[in-house]
Amino acid sequence: MHYLINDKPVDVLADPRTSLLDMLRDHLGLMGAKKGCNQGACGACTVLVDGERINACLALAVQYEGRAITTVEGLSGGGDALHPLQEGFIEHDGFQCGYCTPGQLCSAVAMLDEVARGVPSAVTADLDASSIDLGSDELRERMSGNLCRCGAYNGIAAAITELHTKVPA
Amino acid sequence: MTPFTYARPADPAAAIRASADASQARYLGGGTNLVDLMRERVERPKTLLDVTRFSHAIEARADGGLMIGAAATNTAVAADRTVRERFPLLSRAILAGASGQIRNMATMAGNILQRTRCTYFYDEASRCNKREPGTGCDAIDGINRIHAILGASPSCVATHPSDMCVALAALDAIVHVEGPDGARSIPLVELHRLPGGHPDIDTVLRPHELITAVELPALPFARRAAYRKVRDRASYAFALVSVAAMLDVDGGRVRDVRIALGGVAHKPWRAFAAEAALRGQPATEASFAEAAAAELAEAAGLRDNAFKIELARRVIVATLYDLAGDAA
Repeated sequence: MHYLINDKPVDVLADPRTSLLDMLRDHLGLMGAKKGCNQGACGACTVLVDGERINACLALAVQYEGRAITTVEGLSGGGDALHPLQEGFIEHDGFQCGYCTPGQLCSAVAMLDEVARGVPSAVTADLDASSIDLGSDELRERMSGNLCRCGAYNGIAAAITELHTKVPA
Repeated sequence: MTPFTYARPADPAAAIRASADASQARYLGGGTNLVDLMRERVERPKTLLDVTRFSHAIEARADGGLMIGAAATNTAVAADRTVRERFPLLSRAILAGASGQIRNMATMAGNILQRTRCTYFYDEASRCNKREPGTGCDAIDGINRIHAILGASPSCVATHPSDMCVALAALDAIVHVEGPDGARSIPLVELHRLPGGHPDIDTVLRPHELITAVELPALPFARRAAYRKVRDRASYAFALVSVAAMLDVDGGRVRDVRIALGGVAHKPWRAFAAEAALRGQPATEASFAEAAAAELAEAAGLRDNAFKIELARRVIVATLYDLAGDAA
């Protein structure tokens, strides 16, 4: 099976039962995406497929053949450089144990893109509005698929808000 | 997970042929429910037929209706400008369910055909007539907070978990299917079954039939809509009770109304009795309360879920009251 993973072409041989998460971790050694619940409840496995966030644990790798996958390792474009959101997580104490962090980062990057594209959420007051105002309620609703058992939510929200304010949609 | 063969048929006709030729085949959408069920060994297909590359199209029709390809993702449908403009109830209901990640994966047809989240259904060590017909039901005398208060049977008290389907039920959606014997269309409200003596059978779909599209007929008052969901946490939880409603008020009276309930039954529950009780009545809290009582007359609670009867009554009344606005 062929993929573009973090901008690199990759060929993998795997059983059809292999989840995208297990393929990334066990076949390709990309240990960033984490296995938390393995049933789509916690979001620790969040990766981007063609820029959209999904739960890699619920995805069969074979179904995503030919697609462009981005994991936390590829967020900054490679090397030792950090993505601005990673710097924000450090600045705002957006993590304690760090287990949920790769999923939070990938989810937030894609979430900000959804906001920029005007994708509404359950708390968007006006479905006809052309732009989304990413207030606290919007941010928390949109990030509800990523749990943090350390409870670093305030730091996570601050880091995301700062990036969103710095890079206006 | 038991071993399976994965295939990506070229079109619906090829998928239906492949399903008929294979033993124990399942169509695969976003996989957000099926993959989990396979991992839990509740589902053990020998062939997975990936249908996610079939039609994603969301086509606005000149008559005000809409045709949505079965493979359109939940996010794509909820965010679509025509859906938001013509049928905001559908956007609202989709956005009330799951998480951003799951909505990006899940498809129209997969959402419709998702299975119950009854915990006993997922637990191989429990008795479950839906998973293993004839074994019994551990939910009836067990932990049953999320279970049905309407239309349940001595065999099964599971609920259909979808938010989207509650909106589709209220919107008179029509499900288009293709199968070995040709194409047919089924009203959404008739697609899902009540459990009766066969809770293992969720829908009236025949073997190998494939959902290809969902049609929303034009509805003049569809913009006056609300989806209200009550759950155990503020986001990313299944409904204890949800209410989808659209209201048409003329001169202080209810000219027309659509109401459907989620989290209360084995299928998305269209509240026909409440609608009939409301048409022509004054758009007042008293009328809304009578309509809710009419719908819930047959409701029955279990050990942990009897509160949902009163909760449903209140959420129906509150939703209609909000929709009526100044008319109430």
